[in-house]
Amino acid sequence: MVSIENLHKKFGKNQVLKGVDLSINEGGIFAVLGPNGSGKTTLIKSVLGMVIPDKGTIEVQGNNINKSSEYRHKIDYLPQIANFPSNLKVKELIKMIKDLRKPTNEEIHLIELFKLEPFLDKKLGNLSGGTKQKVNIVLTFMFDSPLIILDEPTSGLDPISLIRLKDLIQAEKAKGKTILITSHIMSFVEEVSDEIVFLLEGKIYFKGTIQDLKTKTKQPDFDHAIASILTNNHA
Amino acid sequence: MLKILKYSFYDLMRSRWSYVYFAFYLLLGVVLLFLNNDLSKAVITLMNVIIVLVPLIGTIFGVMYYYNSKEFTELLLAQPLKRPSIFLGQYLGVALSLSMSLILGLGIPFVFYGLFKSGAIWDFSLLLITGVFLTLIFTALAFNIALSNENKIKGFGYAILLWLLLAIIYDGVFLMTLILFEDYPLDKLSLVGTMLNPIDLSRTLILLKLDISALLGYTGAVFKQFFGTNFGLIVSFSVLVVWVMLPVWRIVFKSKKKDF
Amino acid sequence: MNKLITFLTVIFMAKLMYAQNIEVCSTCSVSTLTEAIAQAKDFDTIIVKKGTYKEHNITINKPLIIIGENYPVIDGELKGEIITIISDDVTIDGLFVINVGTSYTEDYAAIRVRKSKNFVIQNVVLENLFFGIYIEKSNYGKIYHNKIIGDAVEEYNSGNGIQLWYSNYIEIEHNFVEHVRDGIYLEFSDHCIIKNNVSEQNLRYGLHFMFSNDDLYQDNTFENNGAGVAVMFSKKIKMINNTFKENWGTASYGMLLKEINDAEIIGNTFQENTIGINIEGSNRIVYKNNNFINNGWAVKVRGACYANSFLENNFLYNSFDISYNSKVNDNVFDRNYWSNYTGYDLDKDGVGDVPYRPVKLFSYIVNRTPETIILLRSLFIDIIDFSEKVSPVFTPDNLLDNNPLIKKATW
Repeated sequence: MVSIENLHKKFGKNQVLKGVDLSINEGGIFAVLGPNGSGKTTLIKSVLGMVIPDKGTIEVQGNNINKSSEYRHKIDYLPQIANFPSNLKVKELIKMIKDLRKPTNEEIHLIELFKLEPFLDKKLGNLSGGTKQKVNIVLTFMFDSPLIILDEPTSGLDPISLIRLKDLIQAEKAKGKTILITSHIMSFVEEVSDEIVFLLEGKIYFKGTIQDLKTKTKQPDFDHAIASILTNNHA
Repeated sequence: MLKILKYSFYDLMRSRWSYVYFAFYLLLGVVLLFLNNDLSKAVITLMNVIIVLVPLIGTIFGVMYYYNSKEFTELLLAQPLKRPSIFLGQYLGVALSLSMSLILGLGIPFVFYGLFKSGAIWDFSLLLITGVFLTLIFTALAFNIALSNENKIKGFGYAILLWLLLAIIYDGVFLMTLILFEDYPLDKLSLVGTMLNPIDLSRTLILLKLDISALLGYTGAVFKQFFGTNFGLIVSFSVLVVWVMLPVWRIVFKSKKKDF
Repeated sequence: MNKLITFLTVIFMAKLMYAQNIEVCSTCSVSTLTEAIAQAKDFDTIIVKKGTYKEHNITINKPLIIIGENYPVIDGELKGEIITIISDDVTIDGLFVINVGTSYTEDYAAIRVRKSKNFVIQNVVLENLFFGIYIEKSNYGKIYHNKIIGDAVEEYNSGNGIQLWYSNYIEIEHNFVEHVRDGIYLEFSDHCIIKNNVSEQNLRYGLHFMFSNDDLYQDNTFENNGAGVAVMFSKKIKMINNTFKENWGTASYGMLLKEINDAEIIGNTFQENTIGINIEGSNRIVYKNNNFINNGWAVKVRGACYANSFLENNFLYNSFDISYNSKVNDNVFDRNYWSNYTGYDLDKDGVGDVPYRPVKLFSYIVNRTPETIILLRSLFIDIIDFSEKVSPVFTPDNLLDNNPLIKKATW
């Protein structure tokens, strides 16, 4: 599905990615983890074409993404902080994104799911953070793309919505889609992901299932496994 | 690009600032015309306003819009859209909505005053065309500044600085240079100096209409050819077009390279 | 009643007997104007029928009335002067005179009046000429309703439309002059009246005065001339209700005043000239009720001008209202309307509460470095003009209009 070779990226003097090689197979949920500044977001943004790598190649479904925008038809992306044009109404935003991508009716179901009907005629500038995030989720999931990238999808969500989101993710997985997630909430990651990719200082430190990680670090649970990687490397 | 342009434009058309800008021009037009009752005088005052305020508003508004819609831009970037079309669309959205406010804000009072029946219509059209050019140029320059500066405060700072530089400081330096080198033939230098600053260029364009009698008082042959014929008008407009193209081209160039 | 008829008949008979009509046409017994003049007696009328007469050096040496019917053409074939009047009481009416010879040693004219009195030249059309109507040491004449169309290209080999030299009490009215060197030129000619003429597109001046005093020119239009109107070394000239328009160029102005004293300049319009009025060494002149519209410089004062007064004029949309090249001012500006005035009138008496300073610092800079004109109306220039206005350093600080009008002056 996605294959990354020897990816380098530098911001100013700060070398964020130092030769990342990663291949993600089709189907399943992959969590990209790592401490702050390890390059998670940069990696995801590189795949999305928002960050231009200094070196290395990225292929999505076998096509090099360099200087192309068409491949993004195959990706649904949930950005970390969603700030929308404040003068637009929710309804209009949804209509607009559909207009920019392709027509779909999936949003009706999603709006219902997240109880967004009362907000449809409100301006985006007047919404709370959590509601905005729900709109964001609707925008992401309403297109039926084979690759879904979620950057901190849980932020600002109430427990009910969180459960719905999890269900949604599982449902998409069941359709055979590839889902890429970054999150700080370890329990969430542990619950949903099939495989994790651990980034450390610009390189892939670990790639495998949670079970593998536990075995490798000889820790009984996921939280401790992650903590042990961090302490070992900083010690 | 047209879709982005459409949405940016709609977005701005609903923004409070567009109305403030529009109301400002409307008020200005009404005050100038109906309190003063002197069309020629109004056109002269408007010229001063246009060559000073339009660039200022263009830069500030451009920078502001860019920073305010940053997250939205990122949302767009993740969509299957080409980068240049996202930024050009936004740029044109801002520039066109500003131009609209200008044209309607000034145009409505003037039309009501009986512009179409008066001889000042050409002067007035020239003013509006120049105003639109200045909006296009300075919004593009603003986008350039914003694209090159992640820091919002810095971006605003540079935008104000750019305006100060081109609207005031440049002319001061220009004047000192001309006075210092007054013993040398200066007409080419002064024309080139004018071309290098879009505000001066627009001003000259309007001078060609309003102050042609004074401009023809100067002896230099190059001046004479420039101001005495349509040559000046054609050259000025061409250079203005170049002034729009250069920053727009840099927006495209920069947007392809930039990380978000 | 009968007496009256008898009386008129006697007059008429007498006229028939003493003043004869001579007809000139190609088939008549008299076929040239020269021949007709030779045959005519004093006070005869010569009627020239329509046709072309190739004649030059026609000398009119007796009092005659020469009338052209349907504009007969007198063609000088570029051989020299065409008509010379050397007698008093000559009238020329309705001729079409063309092709005057050009010479660098003699001023050939289409019609010349020399040392004669009481002449009338009217309804004459002159084309392809060197000098048009040349009045030389002749007094009490009338030049009325003529049309003079030259084709002058260079100043050195072209002549003037109407020229007066040592001639007094001449009336020049309703003439139309274009494309010559000076439209109307007066030298050493006093007490002349120049009225309702149009002088345009001439190489040098529309009207030119030299050493002529006590003249009046009124209701004339001077448009698009090389340098406008020049009034030099003359006294007590009245200039009233004339229009000076579109005189554009480096050394061009609506009007040039040089060494002029005690003149009155009233009710004129100066529109779209590079310089409206250029003043040099002129004293005691009254400028009243003039309109200065859209000029580069409305009034340019070049020094040695004293005791002039500018009263109730309108200064509208000029790039510069007044320009001085010195710090000394002895002229008065009062109750003018200045479109550039930005003051207020709180007591509503129609007069601005703050004095107006018509001389800008920038005009001083432009005098010094002409190229800086390109910065006209720049914000920077406005700022330095403002600071000069607040505390004058380079411009005369007593040069003020203390009573600037709030509305245009009317009269």
